[in-house]
Amino acid sequence: MNIKGIFKPEFWDADAKSAGPYKQLFDYKRIWQLCIGILVAVSLVPILIMASIDFSVTRGAIISENTLEAARTTSNTRRSVSYFLEERKSALQLLVELHDFRSFHDREKLSQMLKSLKNSFGGFVDLGVINSKGKQVAYVGPYKLEGREYAGQDWFKQTVEQGIYISEVFLGFRDSPHIVIAVKHMLDETNNHFKILRATLDTRQFNGILSSLDLSAGEDVFLVNREGVLQTPSKWNGEIFSKVGFELPEKSFRTKVEEISYRKGDLAMVGYAYLKNTPFVLLYVKTEEEFMGGWQSSRDTVTWFTVVSIAVIILVMWAVASYLVDRIYMADMTRSKALQQMEHHNRMASIGRLAAGVAHEINNPLAIINEKAGLLKDLFTFSKAYEADDRLLGLVDSVIGSVERCGRITKRLLGFSRQTDMELRPVYPRKVIDTVLSFLDKEAEYRCIDIDVEVDEGIYEVVTDRGKLEQVLLNLINNAFQAMKDGGALLVRVERGDRQVLFSVKDNGCGIPESDLKRIFEPFYSTKKQSGGTGLGLSITYGLVQDLGGDMKVQSQLGKGTEFSFSLPVVPNMNGES
Amino acid sequence: MKILLVDDESELVSALAERLSFRGFDADWVCSGADAIDKVKENEYDLAVLDVKMPRMSGLELRAELNKIRSGMKYIFLSGHGSEDDYKAGAAEAECYLVKPVKIEELVEKINLALESE
Repeated sequence: MNIKGIFKPEFWDADAKSAGPYKQLFDYKRIWQLCIGILVAVSLVPILIMASIDFSVTRGAIISENTLEAARTTSNTRRSVSYFLEERKSALQLLVELHDFRSFHDREKLSQMLKSLKNSFGGFVDLGVINSKGKQVAYVGPYKLEGREYAGQDWFKQTVEQGIYISEVFLGFRDSPHIVIAVKHMLDETNNHFKILRATLDTRQFNGILSSLDLSAGEDVFLVNREGVLQTPSKWNGEIFSKVGFELPEKSFRTKVEEISYRKGDLAMVGYAYLKNTPFVLLYVKTEEEFMGGWQSSRDTVTWFTVVSIAVIILVMWAVASYLVDRIYMADMTRSKALQQMEHHNRMASIGRLAAGVAHEINNPLAIINEKAGLLKDLFTFSKAYEADDRLLGLVDSVIGSVERCGRITKRLLGFSRQTDMELRPVYPRKVIDTVLSFLDKEAEYRCIDIDVEVDEGIYEVVTDRGKLEQVLLNLINNAFQAMKDGGALLVRVERGDRQVLFSVKDNGCGIPESDLKRIFEPFYSTKKQSGGTGLGLSITYGLVQDLGGDMKVQSQLGKGTEFSFSLPVVPNMNGES
Repeated sequence: MKILLVDDESELVSALAERLSFRGFDADWVCSGADAIDKVKENEYDLAVLDVKMPRMSGLELRAELNKIRSGMKYIFLSGHGSEDDYKAGAAEAECYLVKPVKIEELVEKINLALESE
């Protein structure tokens, strides 16, 4: 089977209708579809299920592993940031607790305190004391902020209310990012007399906590305030003080990890924690590309491998199913042909027996008539009384002539039906054609069909089976008669080819459509089923030509005519010159 | 020349005998194999024309019997049947087989040929 045979096998155009009530058994296309369906289901469904399970399990494992890692990183970072702030807040609270508040007005001592803070903790920029009216009464640091009023500011109010305050990162008067930590100390609770120790922290050290983390290119850790405004630098989530491009997750002081839609719909894994008693939210972002990258790469490899495997399996199943069903089809066709030939053989044998019986029944009375008439003629001929009576002799001759004619008919009938087994003998093509045409000469005469026979010079004998050759020619000429209208023209030619003799029967009838031409020799294929055609005539004719070792072809043009031609091999016995 | 005609159709064989006698042959006729054997025992015939298909004894069987009685006799077979067996018999005896109805001239020619072959 070639490539074309795989994609369009022989059985594809087979017509199951001719099988009658058993057509389902001979619906090869359906059998093929069933084979493909079952094979695909049996082989591909487990593969797809396994691939799907592997896909799901692997993805789940990778997400789980990355979730854990995100939670761990977020949690550790949260602790570091919280510790940083808590440590500095506690230092301020300790200062307030340990020192008499009057000493905070002593610039020398305040400077000493700032120096100690810087040395011990780092990050402290300045230190100031604000009285209960919101006025900064003492200040040490690089700016001139002594005497500045803070009474109307939010941080002052919050410090008064809560006793402690940690600010967001802001620019303030000094126009550089910083954080303020303020601690309230009650001097006289009855009169609500208090003072606030306020320290400013440099954000460089604060940012350093986050930038020192060992992160990959697809990971980012940063702080935002509760409104989602960036408080520390971010790799790719915007500049400081800009808003991040996604909604903040639900408030939680515990570390949580969520998958969110991020940047043009891509997924990202976000670990987060709201830092208690601060305005900060710690965010850890890992892009899907980062956490699923390895898996996506192996998934793509597995997907390609699966797709290619499925394609190969389908192709192989397709080819195997096509081949097997085609073999079944060919076996059925061969068996069907053998059965037809057997049936034809039996039918011809029956016809032969019948014809022989009929011939016997007719030939004996004919012989009696023949002899009686012959005797009568002899009597007239040898008797001087009637010797000159031409009329009487004419009448007897007429009887004898009719008997001879009947005799020829019965002999022809016997000769045509006698041979059922292959019997090779030298035959004269011209005589065979004449014998066949003698069966049809009356019809040709009535229908005014012009019959022409051309036999190439040099062809005297062909060694073949006369009976089969007669049947082939009779079938083809009969078909030609059916295809022609009254007044048609038939040409029977015998040509000498290279090691073969070519017979052709050409008519100027209705022709055969091109779609029918390629199936015309198939058993049970008939364009005349409406008018009782069995679709066996040409199939049997084709089989007979093959039995004789020949080959058969057909050429036709719709409306112009058809030419059937067949070749018979020249066997060594043939001697065209004899 | 003395000829014996054997055929189960008496109408046929009698007419044929008479026609042959017009052509100079001394022809007897019988309608069965048994009668033919009797005739051959009684007379010396040069040739016998036998119908292939006859009741009780076929032409081929009769020839075998007659050969036992008188060797050297010539035979011509006639058949109205044209069956495969007849055809094979004819093929074996190609020179002496005719299918009914037969032309008297053809029969005379065959008889002469058979007798000349001696």
